[in-house]
Amino acid sequence: MATVEDRQFRIEPFPGGTPGNLRLVEDGRLPDYDVVGTRPIRHDGTDKVTGRARYGADIKLSGLLQGYVLRSPHAHARIKSIDTSKAAEVPGVHAVCTNADMPSADHRAGDLGEGIVDWYHLNQNVLASDKVLYTGHAVAAVAADSVHIAEEAARLIEVEYEVLTPVLDVREARTADAPVLNDDVRTDLQPAGEQGDTPTNVAKHFHYEKGDVDAGFAAAELVIEREFTTKTVHQGYIEPHTATALWSPDGKITVWTSTQGSFMIRMQVAELLGVPISKVKVVPMEIGGGFGGKIAVYLQPVAAVLSKLSGRPVKLNMDRSNVFDATGPTPGSYMKVKIGVDADGMITAGEAELLFEAGAFPGSPINPGCMCVFACYDVPNGRIDGYDICVNKPRSNAYRAPGSTHVAFATETIVDEICEARGICPVEFRLKNAVKEGDERVDGVTYPPIGMWETIKAVELSDHWQSSLDGPNRGRGIASGFWFNFGGNSVVTATVNEDGTVSLIEGSTDIGGTRAAVAMQLAEILGIAAEDVTPTVVDTDSIGHTDVTGGSRTCHATGLAAIKAAEDIQAQLCQRAAMLWDVEADQVEYDGRATLSGPEGKTISFQEIAGKLTQTGGPVVGRGSVNADKHGGAFGTHIADVEVDPDTGKVQILRYTVVQDVGTAIHPSYVEGQMQGGAAQGIGWALNEEYHYGDDGHLHNATFLDYRIPTCYDLPDIETIIVEVPNPGHPFGVRGVGEVPIVPPPAAMANAIYRAAGVRMRSLPMSPPKVLHELLASDE
Amino acid sequence: MAKQRIVSTSINGDPVEFLAAPRQTLLEVLRDNLDLVGTKEGCSNGNCGACTVILDGRLVDSCLVLAVEVEGSELETIEGVAPIDGLHVIQDAFLDQAALQCGICTPGFIMSTKALLEENASPSEDEIRFHLAGNLCRCTGYDKIVRAVQQAAEGVTH
Repeated sequence: MATVEDRQFRIEPFPGGTPGNLRLVEDGRLPDYDVVGTRPIRHDGTDKVTGRARYGADIKLSGLLQGYVLRSPHAHARIKSIDTSKAAEVPGVHAVCTNADMPSADHRAGDLGEGIVDWYHLNQNVLASDKVLYTGHAVAAVAADSVHIAEEAARLIEVEYEVLTPVLDVREARTADAPVLNDDVRTDLQPAGEQGDTPTNVAKHFHYEKGDVDAGFAAAELVIEREFTTKTVHQGYIEPHTATALWSPDGKITVWTSTQGSFMIRMQVAELLGVPISKVKVVPMEIGGGFGGKIAVYLQPVAAVLSKLSGRPVKLNMDRSNVFDATGPTPGSYMKVKIGVDADGMITAGEAELLFEAGAFPGSPINPGCMCVFACYDVPNGRIDGYDICVNKPRSNAYRAPGSTHVAFATETIVDEICEARGICPVEFRLKNAVKEGDERVDGVTYPPIGMWETIKAVELSDHWQSSLDGPNRGRGIASGFWFNFGGNSVVTATVNEDGTVSLIEGSTDIGGTRAAVAMQLAEILGIAAEDVTPTVVDTDSIGHTDVTGGSRTCHATGLAAIKAAEDIQAQLCQRAAMLWDVEADQVEYDGRATLSGPEGKTISFQEIAGKLTQTGGPVVGRGSVNADKHGGAFGTHIADVEVDPDTGKVQILRYTVVQDVGTAIHPSYVEGQMQGGAAQGIGWALNEEYHYGDDGHLHNATFLDYRIPTCYDLPDIETIIVEVPNPGHPFGVRGVGEVPIVPPPAAMANAIYRAAGVRMRSLPMSPPKVLHELLASDE
Repeated sequence: MAKQRIVSTSINGDPVEFLAAPRQTLLEVLRDNLDLVGTKEGCSNGNCGACTVILDGRLVDSCLVLAVEVEGSELETIEGVAPIDGLHVIQDAFLDQAALQCGICTPGFIMSTKALLEENASPSEDEIRFHLAGNLCRCTGYDKIVRAVQQAAEGVTH
């Protein structure tokens, strides 16, 4: 077998794209599909360009009340009393609720699909009764005839607080004399499974070790150790959180909401309200962005309680400041990372200490951070310690490749320093050290077939990398990143219609075009057009349990379910054809071009047999139910050209390319869109985005004016190079695409800034004042 | 609560009268009173552009306009963009170029694009990016939105 180094690759346009949309092609290996890899119009597109698509806040119900949530003005305080009597007397008010209107919760763990939650903590996050732990923490809620009445009434609720000192920084929060947020938290040492015995803010400590770390560093010719910090950032979805609930007299609760996982909302609402899941129906409305932040409940149980108390349906919407104050964020962090290389430029050892903000309650993505920190490279000896630390900020949530962006900023910046110190080309270093199939990560996982090396190869061959970058204050940086992706539970049912089309029912809420990507996989198997499949996302009573749209899993796992449903349809149609021809079913074959053929040259098309189903035993319904466990991890490498303004420290991006192994691109336009959108979020995180807190724990920039996400005027064209190293765990090779692209940008930008301006940025965001500070310091 | 007032206006070419409290924004009235929920709320303080509508030919964030201010005005919303028998060239371009992911910002972008192309039928990429900088999209990275506007401009021009 030829080694990877002997393989021949080229870069070419990805068919159907614009000039900036490319792919890496290996000689003699081009996929051969009819539907997969094409660019049909998405099925939900017309509704979304005409304003007809119904998002969470668009629901209207007879007798609908509007609600308002009263939130804490303090970052850290004990609640001494809550008096709602004046609010209840306001004309037009129909219900007022506090935590006392929910069942009490106990300390048990629940799995939300992108993170574990303690039910007591979630109960306290939804409506606090004991302590408030961040400004904006929900305390009480009112339902009234209008949102304005509800708001005015809520302001009459009297809450007596004993104000406590907040702690906002992870390094302070883990000291012995720091204020402790949660009396019930003890340090949980993993994977050892040992537990501490004193109250602390350090909720978790993950420790991984591989090989002989000390010997590895001793064998190194160069060792670089650096410290990094990143600020709290928000997912920044444009649609605020919203929930509408009706608690019917028959005990059934219906929740209309925008969520990444309707079944996860069902589970959380049922658990927090003490009812069986079968009593809760969640109707997923269209969702206006999530990025990991719309999995946990906030408003849903509160709306249900207000509905029970008022006997009317109740809608709760957050405003933008609520969204920043009380939802989202992904942690700020402190990281110390050390890497050693030998004389040949091969990594000998790596060590990392990672401190992530959990926010108010335990649950930062510190474990994935630990597993990702050295994930791109073959590190023979490694030691990783990660800490999940409570601070007085909103409870942290998943955000696109949770934890990986932080650690890539650290590792990839050090890799660039190593390359510079040793005079090695950053592409060459990565080609030499890239992980390959069979390599073992520090946390003990052995890689299946992966495409890290191929993404670097694509960088090497790209026009962008080969072009020259001239001019003062300009520089080019590259960085790589990894995400696991996920499989999980998905269910699809598909009904063959008499006109030769298929109605596909799924439980995966569609955030970025997954209806199309799932429908295309069913169409490919059946040999029909993508347009002949009608995909619909339905409520939790209408399909089997389907995990969140998260973990880059939907195209992979719900796609697998669609493939199984298509195969089920094929098998049933073969039986029907056998019945028509009076032969055995195993004598009939369904080929990839939608034709069934039997003995003696008999053939019948999919369309023809679809019209005969009611005469041959009734409609055919295919079913696919999977718990997918062969998701392939994926890698990306980005190239950034920047110009740094020496007078202001502002960083302008001149050119940007995203290279990513996606396994197989089902709908390349939406794959490119994920790569571009992820890069844009990473660029925002790199250059501008941060939560500004005062010492009192008040968030000072809870608007889109002051929390500045990139506009289209801030960004250049974002070129894409799709790499397709098929995932053997999926018939078409799908790995998942959504998360990897947010990982490399901060490090790619930092490395480009160094080449442009000679300053190493080790703190995010690399905003103009901070870059200018480094520029001025370097002049001294 | 202050008394409601009758406001007479034209929305998407049709005469419309509605009752509005003085404190209600145009966005709130469009969505809650008139059931025109295609106009989206993203921030309610004029920073995201999701609620963009065209008021007397001028692009506005409807969250920053009080409903009583539109007395006698002509208003265009996303619901009035498509002709009866199909889609507007801008809408087709957004679909062709896959210029939306979650779609919550899309109505606002389409209204901004419509205003741009009515003013400047052949905008440069820089002009497109400058004009659309008041509309935030968190999903796409804007690349495909810019391609869609370019395609729509071609369609408008030719």
